[in-house]
Amino acid sequence: MLDVNALRNPRVMITLLLLIAAVLVPFFAGNFLVSFGSRIIIWTIAAISLNVILGYGGMVSFGHAAYLGIGGYAVGIMAHHGINSGFLQWPVAMLASALWALAVGALSMRTRGVYFIMITLAFAQLIYFVGVGLEAYGGDDGLTIYKRSEFAGILSLKNRATFYWTCFVLMLGVFYLCHRLVQSRFGMVLQGSKSNDLRMRALGFPTTRYRLTAFTLAGAMCGLAGALLANQTDFISPAMMHWTASGDLIVIVVLGGMGTLFGPLYGAIAFFVLEESLKPLIDWVRPGWGDYWRLLFGPLLVMVALYARGGLDSLFERAARPRHG
Amino acid sequence: MAEPLLAIDGLVKRFGGLIATDNLSLDVRTGEIHALIGPNGAGKTTLVAQLMGQLPSDAGRIVFDGNDITRLPTHRRVGAGLARSFQITSVLRDFTALDNVALAVQAHQGHSFRFWRPARHDSALRDPALVILEQLGLGARADTLAANLSYGEQRQLEIAMALAGDPRLLLLDEPMAGMGPDESARMVAFLQRLKGKRTILLIEHDMDAVFALADRITVLVYGRAIATGAPAEIRANPEVRKAYLGEEHADA
Ligand SMILES: Nc1ncnc2c1ncn2[C@@H]1O[C@H](COP(=O)(O)OP(=O)(O)O)[C@@H](O)[C@H]1O
Ligand SMILES: [Mg+2]
Repeated sequence: MLDVNALRNPRVMITLLLLIAAVLVPFFAGNFLVSFGSRIIIWTIAAISLNVILGYGGMVSFGHAAYLGIGGYAVGIMAHHGINSGFLQWPVAMLASALWALAVGALSMRTRGVYFIMITLAFAQLIYFVGVGLEAYGGDDGLTIYKRSEFAGILSLKNRATFYWTCFVLMLGVFYLCHRLVQSRFGMVLQGSKSNDLRMRALGFPTTRYRLTAFTLAGAMCGLAGALLANQTDFISPAMMHWTASGDLIVIVVLGGMGTLFGPLYGAIAFFVLEESLKPLIDWVRPGWGDYWRLLFGPLLVMVALYARGGLDSLFERAARPRHG
Repeated sequence: MAEPLLAIDGLVKRFGGLIATDNLSLDVRTGEIHALIGPNGAGKTTLVAQLMGQLPSDAGRIVFDGNDITRLPTHRRVGAGLARSFQITSVLRDFTALDNVALAVQAHQGHSFRFWRPARHDSALRDPALVILEQLGLGARADTLAANLSYGEQRQLEIAMALAGDPRLLLLDEPMAGMGPDESARMVAFLQRLKGKRTILLIEHDMDAVFALADRITVLVYGRAIATGAPAEIRANPEVRKAYLGEEHADA
């Protein structure tokens, strides 16, 4: 899969070094950094799933955090009722998210552009308010999870490092899945439909069913991220599927580079590192203002949109190319 | 007379008050190049879209190889053996020329719910695609992004994509549109080589090309076929002269 020549490419080098450093994090970093790393990895998985439909499929889903929520609630609700096996919780989380994605996709797939954005947003808001209304599971306040998912004694997710490595391995798996998927015949149809749907249909592809399949797979993948997120925070609440969370996911994908394999990872790292550093910076300049970090983050995004169309990935790509004169 | 490959009977398409296809009946016989000519706005492109199922028809029947396909979705018609090219170039601009044709090949190899094997290393897709690119003289441009091909090359790619599925009926919507004289001549020569081997409904403005290629010609005016016949008949038809051909061709 990886040939030696590829190592001369700085982009591949950066990614490889990043991944090696990431494996080692629990050995040298403190609790905060390990948790921080887990959070980045989980959001990367969610962003990979969004990248499949947004980056490769051209579907601007503005409700992707709904699947984070559904995955999280599946784990939280089952834990609340004493079902703690991850072998049960996680597949249920993925299946529930996939089913919801299938329903949303089936109803929105025929719309394009702004209408698609609005419909996916509307459905996500619907799920959000369902969460708010679930009084039995804490309603607006959310629900504490007292026991993390159990894997028959094979894995103890209570251990910070074990949890981190579990997330990491899952992320690698999801990366590999995504890599295979977009290169496959299915992936070609998905990207072809993004490029020119009219022509793809004329060629004989019933593109709607392929796009709907991608939409559903992405939902399942994001449901897994939701299950991980619930375990990481030991808590679920409607906030995890608030529309701003959907917006954050889009920002991560766009920032990292839409339709590039590792873009979601770059995007998630940049997003959370900026969040963690801008907050204290602003608080230091003007105490109490840290929560408004997006005021600085916004212009930064605009810069990326203006000067690095392909996101961070394209910057690495540019660095990889030999300079001219 | 054997059954025609394509039989259109009383076909209608309305856009609000405008009748783009007006009770049109037309046959295409197996193996012929059937040219469809007519002034701009006559409804030629609309007819192609109706035949492909991209536009629903308001009335009438389309029978292909004995089967009524009037209500079939596009992909089923492609499966039955129809393919089209576009008057206004419509290729996948951010795919290479080879990718474009390979996708056209892929469309004919069953469903694409195949999630694992890399399509770009699949010789079942790449080999036939390359053969077709070479036939169109685009072999050397296989790895060029479609967006970076010259206009003429993009027009050739259009045809390559339409041919890739080995269609039983090829609908070519002004394949020479916008081409220079040299490129046009090459395209005519290419289509000449298909003559007798493929069944083609050819829409074309260039009368010299039409008279050089067509076995039969149908003249379309305001969505209606005012005449169908061999090139010589069409040339001699007074109604056609009046409505369409103009004096230069009528004298010829
Ligand atoms: N989508 C559409 N909506 C409304 N009118 C259309 C549409 N497509 C074509 N028309 C009209 O139908 C007529 C036939 O157009 P067209 O089939 O493109 O003609 P041709 O290809 O022969 O030049 C024209 O008057 C055109 O304006
Ligand atoms: Mg036309």
